[in-house]
Amino acid sequence: MALEAKNIYFRYGRKQPWILEDCTLKIDRGERLAVSAPSGYGKTTLALLLAGYLKPEKGEILLDDKPLPAKGICPVQLIYQHPEKAVNPRWRLKRVLEESGKLREDVLDAFGIERAWLDRFPRELSGGELQRFCVARALMSGADYLICDEISTMLDVITQAQIWNVVLEEADKRNMGIIAVTHNKHLAERIATRMIDLSE
Amino acid sequence: MKQKDETILEIHDLSVSFRMYDHGLEQTDLQVISDLYLTVYPGEIVAVAGSSGSGKSLLASAILGILPGNATVHGHLHYKGQELTQERQEQLRGTDIALVPQSVAFLDPLMKVGAQADGHRKPLPTDKRKSIFKRLGLPDKTEQLYPFQLSGGMARRALVSTALLTDAKLVIADEPTPGMSLEQALEALRMFREMADDGKAVILITHDLDLAFEFTDRVAVFYAGTTVETALASDFKKGPDALRHPYSQALWRALPQNGFQPVCGFQPYAGALPKGCLYAPRCPYKTAQCMDAVPPVREIRGGEVRCYYGA
Repeated sequence: MALEAKNIYFRYGRKQPWILEDCTLKIDRGERLAVSAPSGYGKTTLALLLAGYLKPEKGEILLDDKPLPAKGICPVQLIYQHPEKAVNPRWRLKRVLEESGKLREDVLDAFGIERAWLDRFPRELSGGELQRFCVARALMSGADYLICDEISTMLDVITQAQIWNVVLEEADKRNMGIIAVTHNKHLAERIATRMIDLSE
Repeated sequence: MKQKDETILEIHDLSVSFRMYDHGLEQTDLQVISDLYLTVYPGEIVAVAGSSGSGKSLLASAILGILPGNATVHGHLHYKGQELTQERQEQLRGTDIALVPQSVAFLDPLMKVGAQADGHRKPLPTDKRKSIFKRLGLPDKTEQLYPFQLSGGMARRALVSTALLTDAKLVIADEPTPGMSLEQALEALRMFREMADDGKAVILITHDLDLAFEFTDRVAVFYAGTTVETALASDFKKGPDALRHPYSQALWRALPQNGFQPVCGFQPYAGALPKGCLYAPRCPYKTAQCMDAVPPVREIRGGEVRCYYGA
């Protein structure tokens, strides 16, 4: 039971330099990996590849030794760095959440999502409020792996601690694997069981 | 205390509300900022910290006069001793007051980054821009790229460069550092520090509290649309005992390196604010008095706090 990147290569266009070259990574269920590297080293690209949003030019992404499923809700869910770019601006937030399945009241409560927010549009909420929707959406989908791309940098530290505590608790309960991209060394030490630096 | 006419920015009793549709054609006003105060002197960096959704970005929009049409602003907003009217805001923004926007979506997706940072200035500040890009660690080829080709941290640095290019007396940087590595964030903050040491002023809206303590002079803590405390940055470095408000202390304790302790409950929703102190529902020290009336702002040990018991 593992999510694997096997010798993957990726570049944005034939004339562009390689962003990822011969990158290999394996994460088991129940494991929590923190990924760090200077900006521009391909952390977000790696996150997009692992969640199936991009296809590697060479190499493969395997989930339990099979390619990621092409249909249905992907068992590897990505939470983006910029929540305002990850929700449909013309959908009310209730619809945004329901896209991943049935609303779970316990998750809404754990993230402090006011019921009144469900009828609002994304632009009427702050970045931190929107990010809680994005994390809740990923958790409600029943994913086995969560890829968290700098999910808490736009949150105040109390909300950051709250969200991570909920995510870690849920991950423990469901034996999920977590890959967290973060620049914050202190945060990585708190949440991860293993850390890697892409630049090394 | 310094004289009033020396301030670059002086804000008190500021409130911002949004007119929203309730049922059918009925409209209600939703007050999202209330009794907010903030004073900025030349030569200093003031960090604005606080919960997400506490009105930090709205304050930036209110200063620049770029709030959406359904917003109403009340209160005192003075720039260099003169009232900031809509007309004056339009004159000042982009020249005297510069903004580093919070969202990287502010970059024009159809314009190359270099040309975008240069803007419509005449003559084009290309050389200065190149040196700023270099200091921020953006490779030479960045200027020829479109925003979608940048990583999150590179886009942030491109946004920061736009403010550094102006001769603004006041820079409002709305979360400029997320996505940057520690070294890049430090360099960006060092450049803001140099601006401040030059006699300009910077308002740094941030969640990276540990960085803020190192580079700023004072920290204003916002909660639910109001200022709960302004403290010297050195007080934050000393730890919770040097802070005056229970919320500031909770912020300190929630840092990953200081315990990672969340606080129960959530910031009240703007439409359902408590009658008394806004933090009372989550405060471990609350009394009947706190639930009854909003505490006044008091000066304690060189800082200001909105709490009956802060000491």
